[in-house]
Amino acid sequence: MSAFPPWSWVPCPKQPWGASASHDVEGYLSLENIILSCYAQEEHDEISCPQKEETSCSEKEELIDIATLVQSNCSKVPYYDLHIIYSASYRVPVLFFRAYYSDGEPLGFNAIEKDLPAHSAKALLDSKWTFITQEEHPYLNRPWFKLHPCGTSEWMKLLFHVDVSVAKNGVTIELYLLSWLSVVGQVVGLRIPLEMLNQP
Amino acid sequence: MMEARKYVWEGAIPLQIHLHESEVTTLPPPLPALILAPRIGYLPLLVPHIKPHFSSTLPPGIDTVWFDYKGLPLKWYIPTGILFDLLCAEPERPWNLTVHFRGYPGNILIPCEGEDSVKWSFINSLKEAAYIINGNCKSVMNMSQPDQVELWRSVINAGNLEAYIRVSSKLKLGTVGDEYAADLYSSSLNSRQSIGDTDSTGQVKTGRVPIRLYVWSVNEDFDDLEDAPQIDSWDKISYINRPVEIHGEEGKCFTLLDAVKSLLPEYFPYKSLNNEESSREEDKDEEKVPSENLSEHVESCYSSDDAEVKLVRIQGIEPKLEIPFSWVVNNLVNPEHFLHLCVCLKLPQVKIPSDT
Repeated sequence: MSAFPPWSWVPCPKQPWGASASHDVEGYLSLENIILSCYAQEEHDEISCPQKEETSCSEKEELIDIATLVQSNCSKVPYYDLHIIYSASYRVPVLFFRAYYSDGEPLGFNAIEKDLPAHSAKALLDSKWTFITQEEHPYLNRPWFKLHPCGTSEWMKLLFHVDVSVAKNGVTIELYLLSWLSVVGQVVGLRIPLEMLNQP
Repeated sequence: MMEARKYVWEGAIPLQIHLHESEVTTLPPPLPALILAPRIGYLPLLVPHIKPHFSSTLPPGIDTVWFDYKGLPLKWYIPTGILFDLLCAEPERPWNLTVHFRGYPGNILIPCEGEDSVKWSFINSLKEAAYIINGNCKSVMNMSQPDQVELWRSVINAGNLEAYIRVSSKLKLGTVGDEYAADLYSSSLNSRQSIGDTDSTGQVKTGRVPIRLYVWSVNEDFDDLEDAPQIDSWDKISYINRPVEIHGEEGKCFTLLDAVKSLLPEYFPYKSLNNEESSREEDKDEEKVPSENLSEHVESCYSSDDAEVKLVRIQGIEPKLEIPFSWVVNNLVNPEHFLHLCVCLKLPQVKIPSDT
């Protein structure tokens, strides 16, 4: 059966020399070593309730359970590491990811493009809102792939425009992230089960 | 006031570039190439000038060019002047770099395919700056093709500040204006649009300024920069890409030191005053310190020792920390509209509180 890979929060002290207590912890959400939907045999999707942690600081600090994917038997299956990092410039979350085979060999951009769901590959080429670039990870000093944040706040506004209660009450961080992930996840083939979105 | 910008624009660093020994196939080995690199430029743009010097000695194969300084692979998307300010505490002239044409460290450096990659990275940063200042990237994305070409040409032919200003002023990325910088302005600059909200006197109240902060730290004091520890890994540098929010206050100048402290709140938890005339207000300001976050532990740790800003280097100069930040932004900013600050912090001596 399937296991649940929950997202975990990785705190990053800004200072590599090990700073004393920060009032404002920076970090990122991490989901690593997963196989994306195109390869998975999804006979049973187990769905769990999202866990809501208190968010004491403004950074996005919580665990989200998502439907997990059963491992396939294919040997050349790419594994993905996904990080969600907040961009202070664009004031939106940004998805960073990298892919590698089980032997650790990394996938280049062309291989990833082939691996992505067909519809999102086309969306990549057509859309000015979501496109993938290779940039340095803000904390890890290594090249990662990044889903460009330029249009995020535009389409997030569109997403919430239709919901009257949102217009009145604003949106919780959890709902924002789930909605954001429902769009962004499509690019990399990550699916959010419907039940999660119906949580109050 | 154009003068300061001109100096920055025309600043250059003499480089002495050595071919990595593993790529030398002839005897005697080639002499190093000497080249003057614009501060606001990027190392990959120098390759067409460097390569002819070494091409006869290179092993067969396809070029994948990268540079290192004392073994540290250099991030090609950081402007040359910033790399120099950051990695050479004591400026080394000429700056000795090693060039490689093979064996690109793709696990450490993002790929670079020559001028196109650099241009893409530059435009991307410009979009980010536009987003920070204006809340959207429209002005950059709507640039006409000829304007884009002219903007890029003016950057890589670093002498051409006039052309750059002509094109970039259409982007409405403005200048930061406050009463402290106003005296230093020439009338031509006053007509440009200001960042952020202004009140009726034209004084900027709020605004976001694009900043890239590179911080390295030391534990002990040093008198000579020569004694500063060598940076041998990018993990020793904290890179902070976060805008500074300028909150204009009546009668108070927002200084460079204020800006640096606002970017490093965990090292400067108390709002400290650095103008002498404000010391009278210290008593009033003590009440402003948020009490909900203070525990006795924190208080005793930070009681008199904030971290000390030992060095702030911008475009190769070390301004007095009391300088109005708006002047710094308007004159020392890079062509992609980011202000790059290289900061050395001396860490506080943390006092371990005794249990009572």
